[in-house]
Amino acid sequence: MLRYTLKRLLIAFITLWIIISITFLLMISVPGSPFNTDKTSNETVQANLEAHYNLDEPYFIQYVLYLKSIATFDFGPSIKQPNQTVNDLLGRGFPISFELGMITIVVAVISGITLGIFSALKHNGIIDYLAMGFAVLGISIPNFILATLLIQKLAVDYSIFPVATWASPSHMVLPVLALATGPMAIIARLTRSTMLEVLTQDYIKMARAKGLSPWKITIKHALRNALMPVVTIMGTLLAAILTGTFVIEQIFAIPGMGKYFVESINQRDYPVIMGTTVFYSAFLILMLFLVDIVYGLLDPRIKLHKKGGK
Amino acid sequence: MENILEVKNLHVTFSTYGGNVKAVRGVDFHLKKGETLAIVGESGCGKSVTSNSIMRLIPNPPGRIVAGNILFNGEDLTKASEKRMRSIRGVDISMIFQDPMTALNPTLTIGTQLIEGLVQHHKVTAKQAKRKAIEMLELVGIPNPEERLKQYPHQFSGGMRQRIVIAIALICEPELLIADEPTTALDVTIQAQILELFIKIQKETGVSIILITHDLGVVAKIADRIAVMYAGKIIETGTKREIFYEAQHPYTKGLLHSVPRLDARGDLKPIDGSPPDLFSPPIGCPFAARCPFTMEVCDNVFPVQTNLSHHHIVNCWLQDPRAKKSKSVRITVDGRQPT
Amino acid sequence: MKADRDIEMNPASIPDEWFELKKKDDRDREGIARPSLSYWQDAWRRLRKNTMAMLGLLFLILLGVMAIFGPMMTPYEVNVQNLPNQYQPPSSEHWFGTDSAGRDVFTRTWYGARISLFVGLVAALIDVFIGIVYGGISGFKGGRTDNIMMRIIEILYGIPSLLVTILLLVVLGPSLFTIILALTITGWVGMARIVRGQVLQIKNYEFVLASQSFGGKSSRIIRKHLLPNTMGPIIVQMTLSVPTAIFAEAFLSFIGLGIQAPFASWGVMANDALGAILSGNWWTLFFPAFFISFTMFAFNVLGDGLQDALDPKLRK
Repeated sequence: MLRYTLKRLLIAFITLWIIISITFLLMISVPGSPFNTDKTSNETVQANLEAHYNLDEPYFIQYVLYLKSIATFDFGPSIKQPNQTVNDLLGRGFPISFELGMITIVVAVISGITLGIFSALKHNGIIDYLAMGFAVLGISIPNFILATLLIQKLAVDYSIFPVATWASPSHMVLPVLALATGPMAIIARLTRSTMLEVLTQDYIKMARAKGLSPWKITIKHALRNALMPVVTIMGTLLAAILTGTFVIEQIFAIPGMGKYFVESINQRDYPVIMGTTVFYSAFLILMLFLVDIVYGLLDPRIKLHKKGGK
Repeated sequence: MENILEVKNLHVTFSTYGGNVKAVRGVDFHLKKGETLAIVGESGCGKSVTSNSIMRLIPNPPGRIVAGNILFNGEDLTKASEKRMRSIRGVDISMIFQDPMTALNPTLTIGTQLIEGLVQHHKVTAKQAKRKAIEMLELVGIPNPEERLKQYPHQFSGGMRQRIVIAIALICEPELLIADEPTTALDVTIQAQILELFIKIQKETGVSIILITHDLGVVAKIADRIAVMYAGKIIETGTKREIFYEAQHPYTKGLLHSVPRLDARGDLKPIDGSPPDLFSPPIGCPFAARCPFTMEVCDNVFPVQTNLSHHHIVNCWLQDPRAKKSKSVRITVDGRQPT
Repeated sequence: MKADRDIEMNPASIPDEWFELKKKDDRDREGIARPSLSYWQDAWRRLRKNTMAMLGLLFLILLGVMAIFGPMMTPYEVNVQNLPNQYQPPSSEHWFGTDSAGRDVFTRTWYGARISLFVGLVAALIDVFIGIVYGGISGFKGGRTDNIMMRIIEILYGIPSLLVTILLLVVLGPSLFTIILALTITGWVGMARIVRGQVLQIKNYEFVLASQSFGGKSSRIIRKHLLPNTMGPIIVQMTLSVPTAIFAEAFLSFIGLGIQAPFASWGVMANDALGAILSGNWWTLFFPAFFISFTMFAFNVLGDGLQDALDPKLRK
């Protein structure tokens, strides 16, 4: 297990390093980026930039110093908002985005797994067909379209829920719903198909032959095995939810990091885009690493495998 | 001796998209206490369905016992409630599956899987359960049982896993053990060891065994009696001796000729063709299409039962006195294969 | 000849002449009646039975036809603004109404279909190509090569693809070419994994070993044996990666990195319409949103159907 963990950790660091390097490379190589032009509208901004990125040094030194600043969680200044750093924006926006993301993932996981299990246990029944029809729809409708639909129907037409900002739990309902539907549908489909596969396994038959009750068989023998693939896609789903917050926060005017990020994209605020990308990548890679560890804990076979992973 | 199990006129049907598959079509057999009955046949002949029906483990839907009785110690299992069946499974009747690689849950220790049936059915303390588990592992020949209990299935070899599966099946001391192809997935040397284990266990516990297999070599080793199944019906039963040396049904003979033997000469002869489609089974003898001795009657009427001895029963029209009189039959059968 | 009822009741009444052996040639041979279908014929037969998948396929065919001919059915230009004519509801003149700049939504919808299908299909094809080459080599070579190639995949897999896509588009500027480039730069990884898994599984099959033992060349073995047998999962993965690309394109449009004029993708249309919907001009959002969702839906159900049809063992 230690070996496995260390290996995963190493891979995580290499991935992060690659992303940081790509980011740096793109920024210095592209016209219009602050690294190449010496013209920015504001003198304080220019001074901040030069100070942070050591623009008078050769590229290699810039690169090393850039790595160093990221290692100390310093993501640099903004060029569009004077005296704002990326860290300031993250400090304000990220907790809100994090909250939105976490509520979403909890909702998606709980409802997706429940739906998937019921579909599998009532295989080819009406519940199954309805749930899976719903799931394909959920996968097919992009979250920003669902969001506008929800606003139009539940907020504008019937005024059941408020929209805009992130003030109270009732403000959270629609954005979470819009964001959670896709991942929930994916989890439901995956849970169903692995559950169906697991239910045909001999060890389930064996458990029945022992005279265990269906309830006990489902919980003790089927569920744990059926949920392992769900654990493996959690990383992908987290990434999808994270990028989803960009548009959802925009649509619902939630003052999270996603909203700032999209604004910085529209303003071409390169240092903010860079800083946020690196920060989000680090966050996702950390999550992916945690997912791998959880998987290793769930599956006893991992410990002995020389190769680790799947 | 009394019959521990009597299966009478069992019919099992599966509904599929393509129609109803009549997998078992009127099966009769019985099993005495302490006896080993082998049910032999090609894959898809209904032998596994029959054994799963006894445990009432046919997935429903699509499968259904449409007719017949399964009397276990006089109690009709076809009419037992699901709750009653749960109290029988694992306790009175146990089952062993073909592939030990998949029969154990990869994420639970074998200790957990061993005692779970015991804990379910008997009021035992954790300590008692553990002692019993160790005892069972010793019985099936697993060294260092105490440490092995904490290990996971992937830490055992195939043969070891099958021993564990057998230990799980026997931990509640059942009266009847159904073994569905217990050695098919194993290496030949391991097969022999597992069969020895069956013999030893039967000697020590007196358990009755139904052995489902397509492997006549396995049968020769441990069965007392043999039932040959074809296309959802039992077409010949008898003691091991009667089947191996006095088989009457052309299908049984075909099976025997298609197995290499040290005590007989001659080439291996495969049986031509393949079993009939069980969506619409033939009205007559199901083997007629592949049989070298087909008569008009075979295509139209299912053969009546002929009792050749107390145990030896065969369903074949060749046994009919009218066939014995018929010239064409006499010439060909006596002169072996027709041209 | 049919058995009489009384014969079944009473075997003694069976006529004696029924007990003569039948000659070999007048015995009707059964069991070989069902014509043997090729793998693809069989898959097509199964797919046809799947109503949802067939509806999805029909939708996609119609969409393809409309993407080609739709814009020719109206007299309007896709990008000519006509401000006095803005926000016309659907009518006989403008079937899907007009948008904030007075442009005909019907015309723009089919132009959007061209862009979305083009982006989706080309991105999926490139993914497949790279994935097959990479996964094929990795799986087929095995050993050290495979090990290194899989480490690379593992590292790439951890890169959040949409973030990199955004970064690339910010730097390179959004265009049809850069969007496809950005989508494929990480998109092939999943395909490569699937191909490798397939190759590894099939590599050890007897027929491949047989071919090797006859001295078959590697390239020939890949072409003749491995490819046809890995096609099923690849086709499924490809069908399912088209909607991913369509979604990504719409998403990028939505955060301001969409394809620029003169092209009009569905994502750009939906983004433009966002403000309009609250003032009641629903059609400007409805049509692009409907087509994004239903195209993705159609690809998804078709992919599911193909999965069932191509791999009957996995049939759920």
